[in-house]
Amino acid sequence: MRRCTTGVLAACCSLLALATATGCGAADMTEQASPFANAQGARTVTLSTQSWVGAQANVAVAQYLLEHELGYRVDTVQVDEVPAWDALSQGRVDAILEDWGHPEQQQRYVEDKKTIVDGGGLGVTGHIGWFVPTYFAKQHPDVTNWKNLNKYADRLRTAESGGKGQLLDGSPSYVTNDKALVKNLDLDYQVVFAGSEAAQITQMRQFAKEKKPFLTYWYSPQWLFEKVPMTEVKLPAYKEGCDADPEEVACAYPHTPLRKYLNADFAKSGGGAAEFLKRFKWTTKDQNEVSLLIADRKLSPEEAAKRWVRGHEPTWRSWLEK
Amino acid sequence: MATFTAPAPRTGLPGFLGFLRRPAVRKLLLLAVAAAVLVPLADSRWASGTWPHALTVDLTEPLGDASTWIIDNRDSHPLFLYFFGHVSNAVVLAVRAVYLVLLAAGWAGVAAAAALVAWRVAGVRLALGTAAAVLTCGLLGMWVPTMQTLALMVVAVLASVALGALLGLAAGLSDRTYRALRPVLDTMQVLPAFAYLLPVVLVFGIGVPAAVLATVVYAAPPMARLTALGLRGADAGVMEAVESLGTTARQRLFTARLPLARKELLLGLNQTIMMALSMAVIASVIGAGGLGDRVYQALASVDVGAALAAGIPIVLLAVVLDRVTGAAGAEGSAAPAGEGFEETDSRWTAWARWNGWPGWVLAAVAALAVAVTGRLAGRLDWPETWIVHIAEPVNRAVDWMTDHLYSGVPYVGGTADWAAHFTTGVLNPVREGLQWLPWWAVLLTVAALAWLIGTWRTALTAVLAMAAIGVLGVWQPSLDTLSQVLAAVAVTLVLGFGTAVAAARSERCERLLRPVLDVFQTMPQFVYLIPVVALFGVGRAPAVAAAVVYALPAVVRITTQGLRNVDPAAMESSRSMGATGWQQLRQVQLPLARPALLLAVNQGVVLVLAVVIIGGLVGGGALGYDVVFGLAQGDLATGLVAGAAIVCLGLMLDRVTQPTRRRTKKGA
Repeated sequence: MRRCTTGVLAACCSLLALATATGCGAADMTEQASPFANAQGARTVTLSTQSWVGAQANVAVAQYLLEHELGYRVDTVQVDEVPAWDALSQGRVDAILEDWGHPEQQQRYVEDKKTIVDGGGLGVTGHIGWFVPTYFAKQHPDVTNWKNLNKYADRLRTAESGGKGQLLDGSPSYVTNDKALVKNLDLDYQVVFAGSEAAQITQMRQFAKEKKPFLTYWYSPQWLFEKVPMTEVKLPAYKEGCDADPEEVACAYPHTPLRKYLNADFAKSGGGAAEFLKRFKWTTKDQNEVSLLIADRKLSPEEAAKRWVRGHEPTWRSWLEK
Repeated sequence: MATFTAPAPRTGLPGFLGFLRRPAVRKLLLLAVAAAVLVPLADSRWASGTWPHALTVDLTEPLGDASTWIIDNRDSHPLFLYFFGHVSNAVVLAVRAVYLVLLAAGWAGVAAAAALVAWRVAGVRLALGTAAAVLTCGLLGMWVPTMQTLALMVVAVLASVALGALLGLAAGLSDRTYRALRPVLDTMQVLPAFAYLLPVVLVFGIGVPAAVLATVVYAAPPMARLTALGLRGADAGVMEAVESLGTTARQRLFTARLPLARKELLLGLNQTIMMALSMAVIASVIGAGGLGDRVYQALASVDVGAALAAGIPIVLLAVVLDRVTGAAGAEGSAAPAGEGFEETDSRWTAWARWNGWPGWVLAAVAALAVAVTGRLAGRLDWPETWIVHIAEPVNRAVDWMTDHLYSGVPYVGGTADWAAHFTTGVLNPVREGLQWLPWWAVLLTVAALAWLIGTWRTALTAVLAMAAIGVLGVWQPSLDTLSQVLAAVAVTLVLGFGTAVAAARSERCERLLRPVLDVFQTMPQFVYLIPVVALFGVGRAPAVAAAVVYALPAVVRITTQGLRNVDPAAMESSRSMGATGWQQLRQVQLPLARPALLLAVNQGVVLVLAVVIIGGLVGGGALGYDVVFGLAQGDLATGLVAGAAIVCLGLMLDRVTQPTRRRTKKGA
């Protein structure tokens, strides 16, 4: 019995110690930054890098300029898209530089809770679609229309797709309607999820090396197009609202102007860094240039950003001026 | 499935009555009777091959609501403001404090401190190794990430040890607590790390606090288990003697019980550290930062070389920590029991023992001196010019491998062809077979296997766990995952037993193998996911391959040890009877090493499951994909249900392969 009371006492003491350590009263988790931020007195900006290389390119260039031109320390955190919104609203991350459209999160955090603000356009337009390698499209020009896809199903069969053709999909974090599309368009295909973009790219390059045909979910801007030329397969045209019901989608993906989002507090009090990130705006070509340096030439993101910055001074000067 | 039960020792064709008297047969008969009654009943009500829909519970809505509630109330509800907020704050502060101390010590100071601690604990040789390992982290250009991981690890390990020791103390001193705690700890031990991530993310959001807490939950159980074990295992005679001296309970605890449990405590520390490290890497998926994050980011651009540059420091940290804590444990046990397996090091420790605190003071002063010198010299950060870039040559090597091995190799075919054959020839039939089996047949098989190897208790747990999967409504994907686990375990056991037999027969073979096993066992799974994709394509085959590579070292190690420990007298007598090497192996070594073999199977199954789940990242699909999906989309319903199913699957697999009562019977 006595032991029991000692235990309870000890638990209370440790709780008390914890509370005093972190200051009494309320502890708002939204006010907490990363423990690695601001080490040794530097001003730190935390950017979210998503897993695809285009997003890494944005971050690399922003990081390079923030560090070398504005004197900040930049931390990057790799998080998937939806959790990144969450982290942004909590202030764990200061900015997302490339968002492909998350209406639900936007409604919740930007409109309702006002913890995130729109940071303007990135200047790049994103598009998702189905692609076949160009060498295959040249041999069989009619494969580029969805109506003829069933004809080629048996040529696109793999061990994973069972008796059907394989439609290769990527990371689970990406926006995709492919399962519904295959069903609603009556295609003899099986969606095979690679599970991560890295795995998907590796697989596509292996196919391309052997000039094998494949059908894949892919998106632009993407550096892989420079390495493996691909042609889009036409799906039924996109019309406003045709993708409203995720079960009933039977149309192509829209063209999305990519946007930046900032944490509301950071946008207000982030000073030069926030201003800079709001003005950060470039083109698809610029982004691809950096992406290719990172992913294909295997340069470190920092080195790739340095090379781009060296060649495009007028572009980034305009992001810096007051 | 039946191939996993170890071969029966001798089959002498006894009469039918003798046959009936064997416990295995009796158990099976009982099960058959139960099945004969229950199956027609179940089949008539819910006649379907897969788990009947009527018996599922849909958790999508409540889980979705819970997630929305948490997101909406996270910055205002008192529970978050006054409890989770403080926990999170404390973690951030602690990690930050350690991180700043590490940065302030500079690379020279950290290396010196690490080496000196290793010297005090484990001797000169390990101290040199430690210093070399720490400096290698810097050489690879990973200094700052290494320090971030280290800071996170220090906090997580301290918290795990404190929590584990408290729980272990409670369980070690009170029988009731022990009985209540043991099944929980046993279960936590077998859960794949991936299953822990979602719940903490939900409450704490992405970031370091969530990562640290997930790590603590993952790493505390071994400490608790071993503490309890050590305290309960105290020699009764010694305890009685101490009691007769008129000591109080507290005195007995501190002067007798705890010192007697020293070996277990240190083993617990060792296991906790190893598990914390592996979790710290996986936690990069939820924003842990540090080395794991570097690996994860490098993989996004399919940069195996960069991933390896971040992976090597993890392996080095793991090997160093493992050896140092292991040596500390061995030193404690060497004196009374005389069974130190680190013979080479104990010589050094004896030499280096400066009798307690003078040595420690010397070490502290030396470390401080180095740190201050580094500071004065203005060399806190690792110098840029000292960085060796290994990424490029590694990538070239990987490219060469994939170019030349992927397909079209004459006669043997390429790795891609093997993967395709494996998928169509093994994985697909196993999966289809499992999914074709009526649900009650799966439950019966589970019950039969678990009961044959373990007790009726383990069988019941296994069946209930399997049924829970059905109730959760993820029967099909779980069987898919199960089929991958079975295939991977089969491959692992074939390769593992083969290697182990070779290693047990030849000293040299084992010596060559040991460092390889160390590296493979501590390598973060992320690092070899991508080369595996490059070799085997996307799909279930690479997931299985990664799982095999991960589980193999443990299986080899346990089996080798088991074969080695076979009574030399038995070996000698069989040799004198003129048995050939093969006969010896088959008729003496393997039967006598049966407990070790079963343990190897059990470990193999648990490890394989952990990686097959992570295989969701390379196209493994099934439950692993659902968890990744849940994390990526913030879709708790999918993720948590899949996580729970993984837990159940792990529980089932563990119980099915757990030889609980057999050890006592193997006296001969």
